[in-house]
Amino acid sequence: MIEFETVSKTYPGQSVAVADFSLVVPSHRTVVLVGSSGSGKSTLLRTVNRMVEPTSGRVLIDDEDVRERDPVALRRSIGYVLQHGGLLPHRSVLDNIATVPVLKGTPKRRARTAASELLERVGLDPKIGRRYPGQLSGGQQQRVGVARALAADPNILLMDEPFGAVDPIMRRELQEELLRLQAELHKTIVFVTHDIDEAFLLGDEVVVLREGGVIAQRGTPAEILGAPADDFVRDFVGADRAERELHITTVDGRSIAVDGTGRPVGVLAP
Amino acid sequence: MNWLSLNWPQVIELTRDHLLLSAPALLLSVLIAVPIGRLAQQRPRIGGALLGAASLLYAIPALPLLIIIPALFGVPLRSPATMVIALTVYGVALLVRTAADAFGSVDPRVREAAVAVGHSPRSVFWRVDLPLAVPVLLAGVRVVAVSTVSLVTIGALIGVPSLGTLLTDGFQRGIPAEVATGIIATMALALLFDALLVAAGRALTPWATIRHERPLPQEETT
Ligand SMILES: Nc1ncnc2c1ncn2[C@@H]1O[C@H](COP(=O)(O)OP(=O)(O)O)[C@@H](O)[C@H]1O
Ligand SMILES: [Mg+2]
Repeated sequence: MIEFETVSKTYPGQSVAVADFSLVVPSHRTVVLVGSSGSGKSTLLRTVNRMVEPTSGRVLIDDEDVRERDPVALRRSIGYVLQHGGLLPHRSVLDNIATVPVLKGTPKRRARTAASELLERVGLDPKIGRRYPGQLSGGQQQRVGVARALAADPNILLMDEPFGAVDPIMRRELQEELLRLQAELHKTIVFVTHDIDEAFLLGDEVVVLREGGVIAQRGTPAEILGAPADDFVRDFVGADRAERELHITTVDGRSIAVDGTGRPVGVLAP
Repeated sequence: MNWLSLNWPQVIELTRDHLLLSAPALLLSVLIAVPIGRLAQQRPRIGGALLGAASLLYAIPALPLLIIIPALFGVPLRSPATMVIALTVYGVALLVRTAADAFGSVDPRVREAAVAVGHSPRSVFWRVDLPLAVPVLLAGVRVVAVSTVSLVTIGALIGVPSLGTLLTDGFQRGIPAEVATGIIATMALALLFDALLVAAGRALTPWATIRHERPLPQEETT
């Protein structure tokens, strides 16, 4: 369980990035922070692994203040996936995945064998393990980033727009892969995105942020889509968008779902 | 070339001396300049002054430097140690700025990601910054290597034997073949150093040569 207790962050010489943010992320669930660029999502995420120290307030993991923990040990105990992979360009894919276990003292050979298994787990051919990150496509690099985050078997995964820089088809595949992994692994995931559809797809719970890390609404995707708290949320989730506005029409005795523009999007299950 | 056929044992001996002066000086230059460069890159405020001061060392004329060093370090004037120290001073002066640039060339996002996944400051240096700085660093080391090998010759002026001895001796006794041998052997040694450094660079950075290739075709198994 991760608890944000009235976390605020003001960067030197900047206006307030995050003000009085409180949230509980229950264990084994995926909570998605969604908001437009600059709303403080990354800042919040990075207070968990102490890459950002809050100006005030505190962050607790399983009731322990992260400030009590040694930052290096803390970071090694948390999986972190970044938008641009953040892989080491001079290390092979296998060595990248094995980074944290090797830093923690696992013998190299054993760590590499485990890394090779992880490659398969994230849907990659173990043959690419000997390549360098620069030789992989963007989607493959992100999968390697996920594998690296899982390598030390952390309880917590922090994901900062991990699929933001790949094309839509690849993004969809990566999202499905993450759902499949999470169904097996039951990690506590904090996922950051500016894409509301991604948030609704992945989040057990979604937190919509305004500027300054202010929570506009939190709830399950259905709660938010069904009852947007205000115009900001309604606008952000596109509750009024034509493709969200479904009607049922009957064609040849079957019920067809049609969106606001009249495009058929599916058939109601009997 | 009659001169060479009679004197080649001496040329070999002097080449060895030359090597034993330039190699340690080059090594020391790297060992000293790299930490200074890294510090300068991390702390630009102290670093700027440090870089300026270090670079200024290069402006000290060689002969006075060779005379100051024995006084400062308590080594005999006509000793290889004096020469190695002087060469190191020039090597460091030449290399510090490139060393700072080399660490500056490391993508800060890569460094930050390394910290975020749990590298300690020490492992960031050894496993991330240093290997990624190698390509730029190596370019600087190549310049210093060639410069050091050619500077060694001035040791002959204070009586420290090297291939430079062939130059002073050849001039004094009017033997053009001896002077030519000294020049050619010095240049050959510089080229050898350079070739070795290029080879070492290739071996150290297998990732750099393939990094800019087109990504290979997708091979996802899903
Ligand atoms: N290291 C930093 N130094 C100064 N300002 C920062 C830094 N990181 C983020 N900010 C500022 O804090 C605000 C929130 O940024 P961020 O948390 O990155 O938002 P998001 O991830 O939602 O785009 C922005 O206004 C940004 O400019
Ligand atoms: Mg961000």
